[in-house]
Amino acid sequence: MKRDLSPNDLARNDPAPLVELTNDNLMPLPAPLDSPALDRPWRALSPHTVEACECGLDNTCAVNVPRPQSRAQEEELVRRFLAGLDKLFSEQNNWPFLKPLMLTMEHCTRCQTCSDACHIFEASGGQELYRPTFHSEILRRLYFKHVRGGGLLSAWQHGDIQLNWPLVARLIELSYRCNLCRRCAQVCPIGADNGLVARELRKLFSQEMGIAPKELHDQGSMLQMKTGSSTGMKTAAVRDNVSFIDEDTTERTGVAIETPWDVEGADVLLLHNAGEILAWPENPGAFALILTAAGIKWTLSSELAGYDAVNYGLWYDDAQFARVALRHAEIARKLKVKKIVIGECGHAHKALAVIADRILTGELNVPRESSMTLLRDIVAGGRLKLDPARNDFPVTLHDPCNLVRLMGVVEPQRAILRAICPRFREMEPHGVDNYCCGGGSGFAIMSGNNFPDWRMHVSGRKKLEQVLRAFGDCLEPETPKYVCAPCSNCKGQIRDLLAYYDLWEKHRILYGGLAELIVNAMSDARAGFIEWEWR
Amino acid sequence: MILLYGFIYAALAASLVACIVRAVRYARLPVNLRWELYPVPHEDPMHAGHGGSYFEDLDWWTKPPRRHLLGEWKVMAAEIFLLRAMYEHNRKLWRCSYPFHLGLYVLIFTGLAAAAPLPGLAWFGLAGCVLVMAGAAGLLVHRIHDRKLRLYSAPADYFNLCFFFAAAGGLAFSKLAGNGASLGTMSKALLTFDRGITLPASQAVALAAAALLIAYIPMTHMAHFIAKYFAYHAIRWSDRPSAGLQGMERRIAEYLTYRPDWSASHMGAKDGASWAEIVTQNPAAEKSK
Repeated sequence: MKRDLSPNDLARNDPAPLVELTNDNLMPLPAPLDSPALDRPWRALSPHTVEACECGLDNTCAVNVPRPQSRAQEEELVRRFLAGLDKLFSEQNNWPFLKPLMLTMEHCTRCQTCSDACHIFEASGGQELYRPTFHSEILRRLYFKHVRGGGLLSAWQHGDIQLNWPLVARLIELSYRCNLCRRCAQVCPIGADNGLVARELRKLFSQEMGIAPKELHDQGSMLQMKTGSSTGMKTAAVRDNVSFIDEDTTERTGVAIETPWDVEGADVLLLHNAGEILAWPENPGAFALILTAAGIKWTLSSELAGYDAVNYGLWYDDAQFARVALRHAEIARKLKVKKIVIGECGHAHKALAVIADRILTGELNVPRESSMTLLRDIVAGGRLKLDPARNDFPVTLHDPCNLVRLMGVVEPQRAILRAICPRFREMEPHGVDNYCCGGGSGFAIMSGNNFPDWRMHVSGRKKLEQVLRAFGDCLEPETPKYVCAPCSNCKGQIRDLLAYYDLWEKHRILYGGLAELIVNAMSDARAGFIEWEWR
Repeated sequence: MILLYGFIYAALAASLVACIVRAVRYARLPVNLRWELYPVPHEDPMHAGHGGSYFEDLDWWTKPPRRHLLGEWKVMAAEIFLLRAMYEHNRKLWRCSYPFHLGLYVLIFTGLAAAAPLPGLAWFGLAGCVLVMAGAAGLLVHRIHDRKLRLYSAPADYFNLCFFFAAAGGLAFSKLAGNGASLGTMSKALLTFDRGITLPASQAVALAAAALLIAYIPMTHMAHFIAKYFAYHAIRWSDRPSAGLQGMERRIAEYLTYRPDWSASHMGAKDGASWAEIVTQNPAAEKSK
């Protein structure tokens, strides 16, 4: 493995990957995975992918950028990249994030304080390619050279870099090796934000070159705007599925549930990540039961995109982001609801409650609230009869970055767990200092090629370490354990991590949401809402 | 002396103008979308203690906004005077960076306090020079020997540290050589345009170098004292809901009239569409027709 990689290496013409990760070089894990030999082997990229796509970065390939067929095509792609670079630094094109981007470009001192904060850099064993400043340094040098005029003095002051197609191709992939968790930005003494830089690079590739992972764009935001949900569910399908969930929840709990749809003037418009409806129906079922039992006048929406809170544009494209956010707000305005409550989906929280705030002007600025806050109020206010003894098993809490570090919703979910889970224990570190699950910024839904291997071995490694340490005193399979992840994408990533390392089969570590734990503790519902079965 | 005075005044003026230009340039950039990062120290102490926000309150929009400015000032003071973030997250570098910055603060104080007859001011200034030299030398050694710093360093990064070392060294040497004026005396003479003061050539050169450095700083990334204000107050801690911000809707409305020219087809930015038109299109719906 080449350890002294420098930003200029990205321009190497050799199509071979710049780094090859092996289990021996990764951050060690605690028991029961405390030897590289116990780790899973990596799957190799298929010969077809290697031949057809740009795979010159590392062991994997997330974006599947087709290889240009001629020098002329390469030059055209570089020209388009340069055009996008200019636009990234123009007010007309990038007013939403120009200020933080320019401050990061012009003032990072490259003190590397951020490096130790990055879970990907640490988990990779300190692989230079994943240092938070690596991709930023490339963009910085390109900015000073191609946007600010360049020249000898500029190269002396800011460093030089060669621009060619191999660099652009590798930079596309590299922009998808960061979870955008912004833990690096949190520790930066200057306030520079390398997470933002990764996002802005993704934006350049999407908005100018039309390049983005298909899971985020074609099968993500575009599908959501076409059918109403990134799951592909149309209104009729989602209503059918929810009706089934109502029946199932009623049967399991003995409490009659009927989800209300499109109720004008409701107190709460609940926005779920529609992935919950398909993958974890017990979560929307639990919400329906809790809100009904608490006497809240609530509704779901059957409008296009109104039943899916996801907003993948947040991770790669400003226009896609704004389109979905405006759609959500418009639905709430038309329904005349008092507030939007965002279900257990971290990025939907940040997208709609925080980042969209300034573009939701006038009547579109419908109040938005976290479901964590509402659930805490219901639990703490004694609106449900709860029996904590029903949750008498070890529970730990994963903090979704979007909810915690990026929105400041830290305590409500803890207050609930302290009230209903007698064996609740924290991961370390937690709260605003948490580590990303490794599925952030879209990775949890990106499963092309062998990208899941990278996601499990590298981006998810720190979370895996935290989970194992949190349950270090009760790893025996006789004790069922629960990782509470109040976010769909985090939950998907944690599911994949536990499955990849066989931790359910061997150590009975299960995962799930927060609402399920509340219903599991409800005295008025039949016991055993949480089923100790793999899902 | 007049030439030296002229040079120093010009350098100080250039520095001031460059600082203002940089600050105005950032201030005039469009307001960014919210991009805060917690903990935000001006949150209500009941939230700030664990890094939380007003979003933890049920129906938060019905409650009067509370900004705990004391909390913010405490964090700012620790950051400005102790470089707390670096202390907590990069102790090794802090051991050099802190004396370096402390020395600069001491020198600035010495220069500003020159008019007041404070005892020991000359030695205070000298201590500032020594701190800057020690810090700059330490940072230089780190930048040369630490691979992770060296890989990302441009020639100017080394030059800048050498420049600081030389300028502070020149000022210190001219004091220790015994035949020059103290930093305080020099500052006072500058402030009062006292042409009666005589300086040896070495001290004049040292002063000119220091002046040149002061003019140079705001033209580089070392002007992070300006950037930091915007990075913290306009971005990291900018958590106020837009509904409560005067003029925000007007500014956003103006930005939405901007006409981007992003080329990807899903953007729909051809034919001069504005942001408002672009974000109210549904590219998927058009495709399905």
